[in-house]
Amino acid sequence: MEITARSLWTLIHGMGFGALYLMACSGALVELYRRYCTHNPALPTERDARFLRIYLVAMAALAWLAVFTGAYIVYPWYRAVPPPGTANLAAFPQRLLMASPTTSGWHSLGMEWKEHVAWIAPISITMAAGVVLEYGRNLKNHPQLRNAVLGFVWISLLAAGVSGFFGAMINKNAPVEGGPVIHIVQGEQK
Amino acid sequence: MSAQNASASAISSARPNGAGAAAILAAGIGAFLVAVFAILADRFPAIKSMMIFWKPTGPLSGVTTCAIVFWIASWAVLHARWRNRNVALARVNAAAFALLIAGLLLTFPPIADLF
Repeated sequence: MEITARSLWTLIHGMGFGALYLMACSGALVELYRRYCTHNPALPTERDARFLRIYLVAMAALAWLAVFTGAYIVYPWYRAVPPPGTANLAAFPQRLLMASPTTSGWHSLGMEWKEHVAWIAPISITMAAGVVLEYGRNLKNHPQLRNAVLGFVWISLLAAGVSGFFGAMINKNAPVEGGPVIHIVQGEQK
Repeated sequence: MSAQNASASAISSARPNGAGAAAILAAGIGAFLVAVFAILADRFPAIKSMMIFWKPTGPLSGVTTCAIVFWIASWAVLHARWRNRNVALARVNAAAFALLIAGLLLTFPPIADLF
């Protein structure tokens, strides 16, 4: 069993940071709603507020790691230009997708949207983390602030979902492969 | 008034909403600018060349770096102006969500290509 270095980085970007961020979004939405947006008049405990602060800061870190690894590690491999006359485009995913009308949409719509919309997620969640860090338990007493934070977290989930969906589909149609091969497990020979 | 409500009121009066409003509006501005810079780079070849901060990533490097710089700068300016004030949060939220939704829609290629 082996994996190429480029494939491993794509996995770290998509499954490691991106998918973890998507899962964390649902937790943040539930926690924000349960602690701050219900009609329960009790203030969240200091322990709950600290947990949410740490949780949102970790989410912001995940979101930034996802977009930076995507834009600066995986994307250059994706958009690499093949030398003239190259017949096998397997190592050039963007060109491979664009070479066929049945797959070109994954680039012209999918990647073109994903590469920009993804950045809305870290911007939104960093704002949410900033507001929660600033206000802590006091957020309970600012209904308009907490509703805005909740709305931005919803939009960040949508932006990350769009990016995740297109990332998975693009990598299914034209995987980012190449670089050194990493041997994980030696298989049995029949 | 219960002890919890009294405690909540005491905390509320101690913290104006300006700092939160600044963060929310700046995030809307940041999201919108991602789309605006992307459209400008797509529309004008000169801007596209200027946006190539790092060649392997292409114009995306400049588009996102510029949006992040303007987002952080707008957050800092708004925070400095509003942190000790209560602002009209309903209007700020409306503006922030309008910018956020516009940013979301304008990154969608069929809409971006209209410009």
